[in-house]
Amino acid sequence: MSQAAHLDKLPPEPEKATLEGRNKVLGFWLFLGGETVLFGTLFATFIALRNSVLDGPTGIELFSLSITAIATFILLTSSLTSVFAIQAMHHKNIKNMLTWLGVTVVLGLGFLVLEIYEFYEYVAHDGFGFTTSAFSSSFYALVGFHGAHVALGVLWISLLMLQIKKKGLTTVTAPKIYVASLYWHFIDVVWVFIFTIVYLMGKVG
Amino acid sequence: MAHSVKKYRGLMDWITTVDHKKIGILYFAAGGLFFVIGGIEALLIRLQLMFPKGTFDILDGQTYNEVMTMHGTTMIFLAAMPLVFGLMNAVVPLQIGARDVAFPFLNSLGFWTFFFGGVLLNISWFTGTVPDIGWTAYAPLSGQEFSGTGSDYYAIGLQIAGIGTLVGGINFLVTIINMRAPGMSFMRMPLFTWTSFITSGIILFAFPALAVGLIYISFDRLFDANFFVTATGGNAILWEHIFWIFGHPEVYILVLPAFGAISEILPTFARKRLFGYSSMVFATALIGFLSFMVWAHHMFTVGMGDIANALFGVATMLIAIPTGIKVFNWLFTIWGGKIQFTTAMLYATSFIPTFVMGGVTGVMLAIPPADFQFHDSYFVVAHFHYVIVGGIVLSLLAAAYYWWPKMFGRMLNETLGKWSFWLFFIGFHLTFFIQHFLGLWGMPRRVFTYLPNQGWDTANFVSSIGAFFMAAGVIVILINAIISIKGPKAPADPWDGRTLEWSIASPSPEYNFKQLPLVRGLDAFWLEKMDGKKEMTPAEPLGPIHMPSPSILPFFMSLGLFIAGFGFMYRGYEFESAFMNNLFGYNIIAIFGLAITLVCMFLRSVYDDHGYHIEVEELQKEG
Repeated sequence: MSQAAHLDKLPPEPEKATLEGRNKVLGFWLFLGGETVLFGTLFATFIALRNSVLDGPTGIELFSLSITAIATFILLTSSLTSVFAIQAMHHKNIKNMLTWLGVTVVLGLGFLVLEIYEFYEYVAHDGFGFTTSAFSSSFYALVGFHGAHVALGVLWISLLMLQIKKKGLTTVTAPKIYVASLYWHFIDVVWVFIFTIVYLMGKVG
Repeated sequence: MAHSVKKYRGLMDWITTVDHKKIGILYFAAGGLFFVIGGIEALLIRLQLMFPKGTFDILDGQTYNEVMTMHGTTMIFLAAMPLVFGLMNAVVPLQIGARDVAFPFLNSLGFWTFFFGGVLLNISWFTGTVPDIGWTAYAPLSGQEFSGTGSDYYAIGLQIAGIGTLVGGINFLVTIINMRAPGMSFMRMPLFTWTSFITSGIILFAFPALAVGLIYISFDRLFDANFFVTATGGNAILWEHIFWIFGHPEVYILVLPAFGAISEILPTFARKRLFGYSSMVFATALIGFLSFMVWAHHMFTVGMGDIANALFGVATMLIAIPTGIKVFNWLFTIWGGKIQFTTAMLYATSFIPTFVMGGVTGVMLAIPPADFQFHDSYFVVAHFHYVIVGGIVLSLLAAAYYWWPKMFGRMLNETLGKWSFWLFFIGFHLTFFIQHFLGLWGMPRRVFTYLPNQGWDTANFVSSIGAFFMAAGVIVILINAIISIKGPKAPADPWDGRTLEWSIASPSPEYNFKQLPLVRGLDAFWLEKMDGKKEMTPAEPLGPIHMPSPSILPFFMSLGLFIAGFGFMYRGYEFESAFMNNLFGYNIIAIFGLAITLVCMFLRSVYDDHGYHIEVEELQKEG
C-alpha cells in the first residue's frame, strides 16, 4: 500500500481511532494530573522556603527578567508550533507536521540553552549553588525539575519524529505524537507559573 | 493475520507475563512474602516488649528501632499495597467484563518496580544499615546528622516502589473508564470496582507528593541540599506536611478496596442485594475527597495553632459520616438475609464491629485537646492497628478466601479456614484491645523497653500472647494456601455469586471472556440467573481475540532503577578498594542503571507490539 493511499484510509482523528489510542490519551491526561501534584508540591516547598536565603543572594539580586522573559516567549511560542503540528497531523500533512515538530524542538533547545546559561551565571558569578541556602535548594529543585522535563520532551519529540519518518503516520504513531504535544503544553503551563511565582514575585521581594 | 509470538514457560513466563491474572498472583505472592517478613518483625517487637526491662531483652534499642521501622514500612508499602493491587488485578477486569487492563505492559512494570523497591529496602538487613527512623521518617531524624545509609534505603526503596503504585493507579483508572463491557454503565459497576476506581484516583493525587518528599530527603542526604535542615534555613515541619498529605490518603487507598470487597462478600453470603448501592458509591467518592482534607490531624501537637487544629479536627470527624453510611448499609444488607457463614463471610462480618472500633477511636483522636493526651502513646498504636489490621487485613483475608477459587482454580479448605479465622480474630483483639489502655495508662509508643511495676507489665504480656495467636492464624492460612495446590478443583461459580467474574471458568482463560457479555443491570450475572439462564448473553459474535505479547522489558526497566538506586545511595560512601570508590563516586553505577532503564524505554517506543490473535477454532476447541 502506498503512503498516499494509506493516508487516505486514516480516520480524521487518528489518535483516537483505536481503543489503544484512546487509552493512551486518557492515561496521559491522568498522568498529567499526577504531574500537577508533583509540581504543586515543588511550588509549595519553594513558597515556604523562598525567604530562607541565609548569607546567599536573594531573588531580587539574582533574577534578570529580560532573560526569563525571552525564555517565556520562546517556550510559549513552542506551544503554538506544537499545536500547528497537531493540526497538520489532522490534515494528514506529514511534511508540515514534521516541520512544526522540528521548530518545537529547536525552540525547546533554545529555552534550555538560556536556562543553562542562567544557572551557570548563578553558580559561577553569584555564588548561588544548590547547597547555598534553603531558597537555592528549592529554587533549583523546582526550576531544574521543569528544565529536566523540557530536556526529556526535546528528546522524546525528536525520537518520535524519527519514528514518523520510518513508520509513517498510523493509528499507532498518531497517539504518540498527540500525547507528546499534551506533555509539551503541560510543561509550558508549568513554566507560566514558574515565571510568575519564582521570577516576578522574586523581583518584587 | 496471525503473528507468531514466542511463548515462554516456567520462570520466564512469570517474568515476562502481561496477563492481569498472573500479575495479580505475582502481587499476591510478593505481598504475602513481605507480609510474613513484616509479621516476623512484629513478633520480634512483641517478644521484646513481653516483659519489662531486664527479664528477657532480645533486642537492643538500635535494633528495636530498625525492626519497628521496617515493620511499619513493610506492612504498609510492601504487604498491604501489593495485596490490594493483587486483588484489583485479579478481580476488576473480570468484574467489568474486560479482556485485560488498559495497559498490560505498564501493569507488569508496576509490579516489577514495586518488587525491586521492596527488595532494595530489605537488602538493608544484609548490609547492616537498616532504616531506623520510623515509617514516617520525620526530619531531622532522617537527615545526614542523625541517621546513616539506612535512611537512603528508605527514601530510594520507597521511591522505586512508589513508581509502580502510581503506574498501577493510572492503569486502573483508564481500564475502568474505557474498557467496561457493553451495558456496564458506571452505576452498574460492582462496588469493588467502584472502590478500586476511587482508590486509583487517590493514588494518582497522593503518590506524587510522597515522591517529591522522598526526593527532598535524598537530596538533603546525598547532595547536601537544605530542604529539611533547619541550620541552613530549611524547615523540618515541611516534611511532616508533605508526608501526611500523602500519608493520610494512603490510609483510604488501602481501606476503600477493603470496603469494596466487604460489599461484595456480604450480599453473596446473605443472598440479598447490597443495601443502598448508590449511597455506597456516593460515600466512597466522598471519603476519597475528604481524605485529602485532613492530613494535619497527624500534627495537632506540632503547634499549628488553634484554628488550624479545630478545622482539621472537624474535617476529620466529617469522614465519620460517609463511613457511617457504609457501616449501616452493610448491616442492612445482612439484616434478614439467608446468611451462610463461610470463612470469607466470617472474616467479613467480624470486620464490621472491629473496624467500627478503629473508627470510633479515630474520632476520639480527631479532638485536638484529647489528642494532646493520646499523642505518641499506645492508644494511637491500638487505633491504627484496629483500622489497618481490623479493617484492611481482615477484609483482605475475607477477599482472599472469597476470590481464591477464581484466581487459582482450587478451593481452600473451609475447616482450616475457620481455624485460621478464630486464631487470627481472637489473637488480634487480645493484642490490640489492651493497648488502648496501655496508652491511657501512659505507655509511650516507639520505646524498646520499659521499667517494671508501672502497671504495664501484665497488659504487655497479654498483648504479646495475642501476637502468638495471630502468628498461628497466619501459619494456618499459609498451610491452607499450600495444600490448596492439590485441593479440590473450583467450579466456575462456587458461591452462587452475583457479579461477572463468576460467569466464566475458574481460573479464567487468558482472554477472560470468549465473547464480551451484555450487561443488563446491577449484579449482572445474578440477573441472568434469576431469568433462568446459565450464562451471560454475549454482546458480540465469536471472533479472533487480540492479545498483547509478553515482554521482558518491564523487568529490566525496574532492574535498572534498582541498580541506579544503589549507585546513588553509595556515591559518597568510602569503600576499601579504590576501584569501588571510583565506580560509585563518579556515579558510574547510577548512570549505568538509569541507562538500562532508558534503553528499555527506547526499545519499547521504537518496536511496536503487534501482539497475536487467538483464532476462533482455538476458542471453540476450548469449549
